[in-house]
Amino acid sequence: MTVNVTMQLPAVLADVAGGRRTLAVQLDTADPTLSDLLDVVGCVHPHLVRRLRTESGQLRRYVNVFTDGEDVRNAQGTETPLTENVVVLVLPSVAGG
Amino acid sequence: MDKVMLAVGTRKGLFLGRSDNRLDWEWEGPHQSMAAVAAVAIDTRRATPRILVGGRNEHWGPAVFTSDDLGQSWSEEAGGSISFPKDAGADLEQIWQLRPGPDDRPDEVWAGVEPSALFRSGDGGGTFTLVQSLWDHPHRPDWRPGAGGQCLHTIEPHPTDPNRVLVAMSTGGVYVTEDGTKSWNPANRGIRVPFMPDPEPEYGQCVHKVVRDTDDPDLLVLQNHGGVFRSTDGAKSWQQSETGLPANFGFGMTRTRGSDGSFFIFPLSADMNRFPVDGRAAVYRSDDDANTWQESRDGLPDSGFHTLVLRDALTSDDGDPTGVYFGTRSGEVWGSVDRGRSWNQLVSHLPDVLCVRAAVLS
Repeated sequence: MTVNVTMQLPAVLADVAGGRRTLAVQLDTADPTLSDLLDVVGCVHPHLVRRLRTESGQLRRYVNVFTDGEDVRNAQGTETPLTENVVVLVLPSVAGG
Repeated sequence: MDKVMLAVGTRKGLFLGRSDNRLDWEWEGPHQSMAAVAAVAIDTRRATPRILVGGRNEHWGPAVFTSDDLGQSWSEEAGGSISFPKDAGADLEQIWQLRPGPDDRPDEVWAGVEPSALFRSGDGGGTFTLVQSLWDHPHRPDWRPGAGGQCLHTIEPHPTDPNRVLVAMSTGGVYVTEDGTKSWNPANRGIRVPFMPDPEPEYGQCVHKVVRDTDDPDLLVLQNHGGVFRSTDGAKSWQQSETGLPANFGFGMTRTRGSDGSFFIFPLSADMNRFPVDGRAAVYRSDDDANTWQESRDGLPDSGFHTLVLRDALTSDDGDPTGVYFGTRSGEVWGSVDRGRSWNQLVSHLPDVLCVRAAVLS
């Protein structure tokens, strides 16, 4: 079964996503998760995914990801299930000085 | 003379300075804007010099960037230059040191990172591999983070013996290998610590920086978290080296090249008072292999200098005479072209300076 996902990125990450802020991704994994999405996107845009998660697979501290508006940290983190036509929104959190 | 390049890593990116006379400088940057650049190297062993930058963006994490055209364009390995293997159970937090190897090993570059670990590159800094033997060291569970993080910040490869490498970390202290990284031993004998029940532990020191003499590889000078030390036997033992210093705390340290080279340090009042003594900016120089130190500060502010020089923000170039440079947390870079006797401000109003490196470009 294929699950279609739309991934939306902040402008500051467009240069590591082929100049695009919206990625349409087809996931062929059964019961796909956010982690699966990042694995697939990372094959095409490895610089992008390195900016979103660490080498052990954790979301970076100041990266927020929302699935249909819900913060994945309030769900199952990188194991949050992705359903058909879900919108995955990536936003940098407030940080820095 | 040939053009000299200064690479200044700051809390918000890299700035590059160029000069024909080391007095008048043209500045550009920031490169890798908003990344805290704690490690930078200008590798002049290559036909085309390579700039290596270890940066950490607060949002997007750490990465190594390289430029083979002196900063006009930058590259980043797709998979990341430095990553812990999955079974290490660790994530790269920050790159603290990028250190090109000796001239006869032009593809060798070392990296020291947080959490404390050593990586080696055999392709000029494109990709690095974890030095597993140090990562697996039985002391590692006892290494604790200092205020800057649990970092391996100093790498001193031996200039002629590829089997010998010295590293230093905060905390943990000095470790050396003499068998080509197969095994590592602590090398802290004589380094006293004020912050542990045992004043002279086998390991656990909070070493801030170590520099090796360019002519005598067994001569090393070390800035500890309280205490300046020297070794004349390749780190087998350390002796106090504080004659002439106004205080024994500090971070930055360098050694100018050549048989008449000198060691330079930038003392701070104390652990709990991290300012130059009496607010006077002062570099201290040793011309006698760190037996004694003398003030070296003509041109530096006499008062109100309430800033400091971090561990990799004091450096020197290969010019004749050698240029010496330091950057401050208040965003200034100062330079000397007379072996530290007098100083000029080269730039100001940068973000906090984390590291400085200099090179003569032929």
